[in-house]
Amino acid sequence: MAILHTVNKSPFDKNSLEACVRLAVKGSSVLMIEDGVYGAMKGTVKSDVVTGAMGDVTFYVLGPDLKARGIGEDKLIDGVKVVDYSGFVNLTTENDKVQAWL
Amino acid sequence: MSDVKKFMYVNRKAPYGTIYAWESLEVVLIGAAFEQDVALAFVDDGVYQIVKGQDTSELGIKNFSPTYSALGDYDINKIYVEKESLEARGLTVDDLLHLTWEDENEDWAEKDSIQVVSSEELKKILDESDVLLNF
Amino acid sequence: MKLGIQINEGPYTHEASNTALNFCKAALEAGHEIFRVFFYHDGVNNGTRYTTPPQDDRHIVNSWSELAKENNIDLVVCVAAAQRRGIVDEGEQERNGKDGNNIAEGFRISGLGQLIEAGIQCDRLVVFGD
Repeated sequence: MAILHTVNKSPFDKNSLEACVRLAVKGSSVLMIEDGVYGAMKGTVKSDVVTGAMGDVTFYVLGPDLKARGIGEDKLIDGVKVVDYSGFVNLTTENDKVQAWL
Repeated sequence: MSDVKKFMYVNRKAPYGTIYAWESLEVVLIGAAFEQDVALAFVDDGVYQIVKGQDTSELGIKNFSPTYSALGDYDINKIYVEKESLEARGLTVDDLLHLTWEDENEDWAEKDSIQVVSSEELKKILDESDVLLNF
Repeated sequence: MKLGIQINEGPYTHEASNTALNFCKAALEAGHEIFRVFFYHDGVNNGTRYTTPPQDDRHIVNSWSELAKENNIDLVVCVAAAQRRGIVDEGEQERNGKDGNNIAEGFRISGLGQLIEAGIQCDRLVVFGD
């Protein structure tokens, strides 16, 4: 019963990413979209939210939202996977359901 | 529409500051007519939705908190509140509305609808749901 | 696979509708079916044909209308949310004695039951919002 979690809030603004990580079972996937992509950047005061959960959860980030915000893939935390919209669709169908941390 | 799915409404927003809590409750009430397996979770600021003693008379906005008390009449009796969210806000279950339902299998005995659960328990409950509606 | 979409925000303040549109295009491209897009909360504002963005901006309302027409997608605006926010079709115009309507092509106004039904019928329900 795997879940795809989507997070669309900057971790510097809302606690959505932290709530998601707190309530995601082992083996879940987390996709950061919209302003949520800032959560995927390394070297920030919030990077440890992602790095701390990396063993239990697989993290993805929506490439088009990264590009729009001028974030190069070299700025991402190691292990975060970049997907496009078709990758988002694949994650949706590969998991059993989607939980949006609005 | 034959099979019954497990619907889970995840509420993470405080009431009144935005309309999400109220319009979410409207979905829950309509959804109750579809004879699905329904549960609600209150997480983060969502716990403020079911704090007792709400009085909106000076706002001019409807106080919809009494509606939560009617959920038991709609056979909605699985209301999960995350313990960590309560504690982070200095709240206990005594600060919340007393939500109950009547168990027809036990001579309509009144039972508590609210279950305070840990993050560890809640993540499993979310995992076992079929449809997650987020507000 | 049969997908249901819920959109909780209007067309321009938040990225939600834009993301949902791109998601739907990719899903259709991959051969999936979009069973229904349900517009709730301020998301009902995606359904007015009076939307007139500047020429150099994208027209989200028309994009939904076109996508729905080409792919036979059911675009449903929640009636309760629409009434609060002044989104009106012919039926609502008549029922509520309004002097006009503003529903965009391909959208229809219906009840919240349509969202629950999408949750029951679809293999996945994906929510976009704030």
